[in-house]
Amino acid sequence: MINIEIDGKQIQTENGSTVIEAAHQAGIAIPHFCYHKKLSIAANCRMCLVQVEKAPKPLPACATPVSEGMKVHTHSEMAVKAQKGVMEFLLINHPLDCPICDQGGECMLQDMSVGYGNGHSRYHEEKRMVLGKDLGPLVSAEEMSRCINCTRCVRFGQEIAGQMELGQAFRGEHAEIMSFVSGAVDSELSGNMIDLCPVGALTSKPFRYKARSWELSRRRSVSAHDSLGSGLAVHTKNNRVLRVLPIENDEINECWLSDRDRFAYEGLNSDQRLTKPMIKQGGQWQEVDWQAALEFCANGLRQIAGGAAAEQIGALATGNSTLEEMYLLQKLLRGIGSDNIDFRLRQSDFSADGKQQGAPWLGMSIADIGKADRILLVGSFLRKDHPLLAARIRQAVKRGAQINVIHAADDDLLMKVANKTIVAPSALVDALSKVAQGVAAKQAEGIAGSLASGERVVVLLGNFAQQHPQAAQLQALAQQIAQATHGKFGFIGETANSVGGYLAHAVPSGKGLNAAAMLAKPRKAYVLLNVEPELDCADPQQAMAAMQAADLVIALSAYRHGATEYADVLLPIAPYTETSGTFVSSEGRVQSFNGSVKPLGEARPAWKVLRVLGNLLKVDGFAYETSQAVRDEALQGVNVAASLNNAITGVENKTFAASGLQRVADVPIYATDAVVRRSAPLQATADAARPRAWLNAGELAKLGLQAGAQARVAQGAGSVVLEVALDGGLPEGVVRVAAGHPATATLGAMFGTITVERA
Amino acid sequence: MLSQQITTLIDKELKKYPADQRQSAVMAALRFVQDEKGWIAPEDMADVAQYLGMPQMAVYEVATFYHMYNLKPMGKHTLTVCTNLSCTLCGAGDTVGYLEQKLGIKMNEVTPDGKFGLREGECMGACIDAPLLNVNNKKMCGKLTPEKIDRILADLEGGKA
Repeated sequence: MINIEIDGKQIQTENGSTVIEAAHQAGIAIPHFCYHKKLSIAANCRMCLVQVEKAPKPLPACATPVSEGMKVHTHSEMAVKAQKGVMEFLLINHPLDCPICDQGGECMLQDMSVGYGNGHSRYHEEKRMVLGKDLGPLVSAEEMSRCINCTRCVRFGQEIAGQMELGQAFRGEHAEIMSFVSGAVDSELSGNMIDLCPVGALTSKPFRYKARSWELSRRRSVSAHDSLGSGLAVHTKNNRVLRVLPIENDEINECWLSDRDRFAYEGLNSDQRLTKPMIKQGGQWQEVDWQAALEFCANGLRQIAGGAAAEQIGALATGNSTLEEMYLLQKLLRGIGSDNIDFRLRQSDFSADGKQQGAPWLGMSIADIGKADRILLVGSFLRKDHPLLAARIRQAVKRGAQINVIHAADDDLLMKVANKTIVAPSALVDALSKVAQGVAAKQAEGIAGSLASGERVVVLLGNFAQQHPQAAQLQALAQQIAQATHGKFGFIGETANSVGGYLAHAVPSGKGLNAAAMLAKPRKAYVLLNVEPELDCADPQQAMAAMQAADLVIALSAYRHGATEYADVLLPIAPYTETSGTFVSSEGRVQSFNGSVKPLGEARPAWKVLRVLGNLLKVDGFAYETSQAVRDEALQGVNVAASLNNAITGVENKTFAASGLQRVADVPIYATDAVVRRSAPLQATADAARPRAWLNAGELAKLGLQAGAQARVAQGAGSVVLEVALDGGLPEGVVRVAAGHPATATLGAMFGTITVERA
Repeated sequence: MLSQQITTLIDKELKKYPADQRQSAVMAALRFVQDEKGWIAPEDMADVAQYLGMPQMAVYEVATFYHMYNLKPMGKHTLTVCTNLSCTLCGAGDTVGYLEQKLGIKMNEVTPDGKFGLREGECMGACIDAPLLNVNNKKMCGKLTPEKIDRILADLEGGKA
C-alpha cells in the first residue's frame, strides 16, 4: 500500500494501481471514455488528463501508475484546461446529432460535454464523415461518424470475447472502426459492445428508434436462458419490453450479458404468442374463456385419474419454468395421485436418481471457477451453452490457468487449451476413466498431469455430459478425479432452474416415471409446462409419438406452437417477464423477480393457472395469494446450501454402444428455449443458421460425400435432408446434427446411431 | 493461397522472431505479397492471417495503416511521387502535372494498359534530391525534370526497371 493525495484527499492505494483506479476508489470522478475497468488500458482518448505535481504536463490518469507521495489534481486549472481542450478536439468531428441519436440521454460524450464542452464551436470547416457499417442483425453501426475511436469495442473483442472481429483500420484522420471486409460480428457476446460504446456509434439494432432512454421504466429480473442467473434490467414502455441490459454483479455476470440474454426479449412480442385459452372440439380449435378451459382440463384429468388410475397422467416442465410453477405442478400431480413429473427433458440417463446425496449443482461458486488454476471440461459446448462462463474461464486461462477438454466435438473455445481428448460419445466414459486412472497413477503428462499439478482443480460436466446415456458414470468419474486432485466438481446446469427443479421436487420421488420413461411408456394424459416436445426432449420421435397417442394433452404455453396438432387444450401462460417467480442458479443462488410487464392478452402467470386447477380438482393447500407464498412454502425449512450435493455412490456400469455412425447433438445457442427460438434478431444470426450434418474428412470420403452436398440423415422412422459440411475436429465415426431445431425435429434421440446417405 | 515463393520468404522472416510470436512477420509477409502480385487483396490478407495465426482484422489494420501497401491494383509499375514540403517547394506539383498529362491518368489511377499507376507519397528522406519519385517502392529517382521522367518511363516501357 502506498499513500497518495488526490484533490487534497489522502488516499491509501495498492502499489501498481493507476491514478484513475485510486480516484474511483476514493469516490473522485475523473472524466474518461476509453478507460474501462474490465479492459486493457489504451490511453487514446486523453479525456482523463490530470495535473500531477512535479510533472511538466498533464498526464492521463488511466495510464499513470501511482507512486508514493504523488499529488494529483483532477480539477485544477491546468487539468480542467487540458480536459476541455480534449473535449473540443473530440467534438470537432462529432456530428452532434443528439436529437436523433439512440444514445441520447445515456451518452458519455453528451454528459461530458455538459461538464467540459463549450457552448459554441470554433471549428467551422467540414467535418469528417465515416460511412456506416453492417455488423449483422444485433449491433447497429449505421452512424460511425459518431465514433470517437476509443477502441473499447475492439479491446472487448480481443480480450473478453476472445476473437478480434472489429479493428481500427486506416490511420490518423482516416482511422475507422470496422470489421474485416464488411463481415458481420458473430461473437455470442457482441451485444456488450453496445454497452461499452461511450457514444452512439454502436447501438442496439432491435431497439433502434423504439424509445428514448428516459421514457423507459427499469425492472430487475433474472435471465431465463442459461443457468448462471445473470441479472437483467428489463426496460419497458407502454407495457412492452423494449430492451434488456445487464445488472452488474461481479460474482455472476460481471458487467456483461450474452446476446441470448440480451436479445431474447424480442421473442416475447412474437406474433406467435398465445393470448386466449383454446380447446380443440371436433378437430377444430376454439377460443374459450378461462373458466371453460380450466374446467375442461379438470374434468379430463379427473376422468383419467378416476378411470384408469392416476399413474396414467404425466407432467413435463422445461427447466426454465420458475420454482413456483414447478412446485405447484408437482403438488397438483401428486395431489391427484401421480408421481410422474420431470423437468430434465433432454437427459437420457436417470440412473443417478436415488444414488445422489442431493441436488446436482455447480459444486462451487461461479467466482470460484474464475479462480481455478486447473480446469477439466467434460462434454460441453461451453461457448454456446454458457457464453459468460466461457468468458470467465478465458480470463482465468489468461492469468495462467490450464483448461483441459474431453468432448465429442472440437469447437474453438477461443482460449488456449492445454490438452484435449476428442472422442466419439460412446468413448467418452473411457476417456474420462483414463484421466481418473492417470491421476491415481500420478501420471505427469496429458490431462492427468495438468490436473495433478494444480492447486485449485475444477472438473465441470457440461450439458453434453448431462445428456449423455452414461451421465451417472461420468459423474462418478468426475467425483473420483476431483477427490484425487483435492478439487471440486459439478454440473454447469443446462437451464435457468436446473437446481430449482430439484428443490421444487419436480422429479419423480421413487415410484414415478422420469421424463424418458414417461415418453417411452406412453401415458393417457400429459400436462406440458412450457414444453415443445419435438424440440425440448431427448428423443423427439418418441415424445411426439407419446403426445399423439395420448387421450388428453394439456399444454401450458406462452406460444401457439406444434401443440395445436396433438394437444386438446392450450392455456396461455406468461413468460418470465410477465410473471413473478424464482430461479435457482447453478451455483445455488436463489433469485426471485417480479413481472416486468403485465401478461399479454388473456395470458396468466402459470402459478395462478395451476392454483385454479388445483382448486378445481379439490387438491388441498392451493389457496395461495401470491407467488411469494408459493416460494416460501416450497423452500420452507429447506437449507438450500445443504441440499446441494453432487456426491454419488453405487453407480452401475451401463453399456452404450452405437453401431455405425454416432450422432453428436448440440442444442444450438439460439434454439435452447421457446422465447429464444422466437426472437427474430437472434434467429437472423449466423449461429441460428439451419443445422448441417458435420463430418470429418475421413467420414465424408467413406460416404462418398462432399461438403456442400445434400444428404439424407435418418434415425428410426424419421429422416431429414441436410447440407453436409466438413468439420475436421470431429472424431471418427461421428456425425454432428443439432437438436432443438425444427429442421431436425423429426429425428430420434440425441445420442445413438444415425445414418447419412446421399440425398 | 499464398505461393510457394511467398511462404518460403515468410518462413525465412519468421526465423528472426520467437516461435510464439509469428505475427511479428506480418509486415514482411504483406510486402512479399505485394512484390509478387502488385497489390494486396483481402483474400491475400486472409491467407497471411491464417499462415501467421493471427486475426484477419489485425492483418487488415496493418495493411491499411501503412501507406506503401497497395489496397487496389496499381499497375505493373507504381510511381509514387513525394508531395511533402521539400519536394513541393522544389516542384513536385509540376512533376505530378507532367506525369498525369503524359500518362493520361490522375492520381491514384492506373493506365488503361495496366502498365503504370500513380500514387502520392510521403517524405522519402532524401530531400537533397527533391523532387522525388519512387518506382514500385524499390527504386528512388531524384532531381526530376520532364526529360528525366521521359527517360524513366521509356526505361520501364522497355523492360528495364
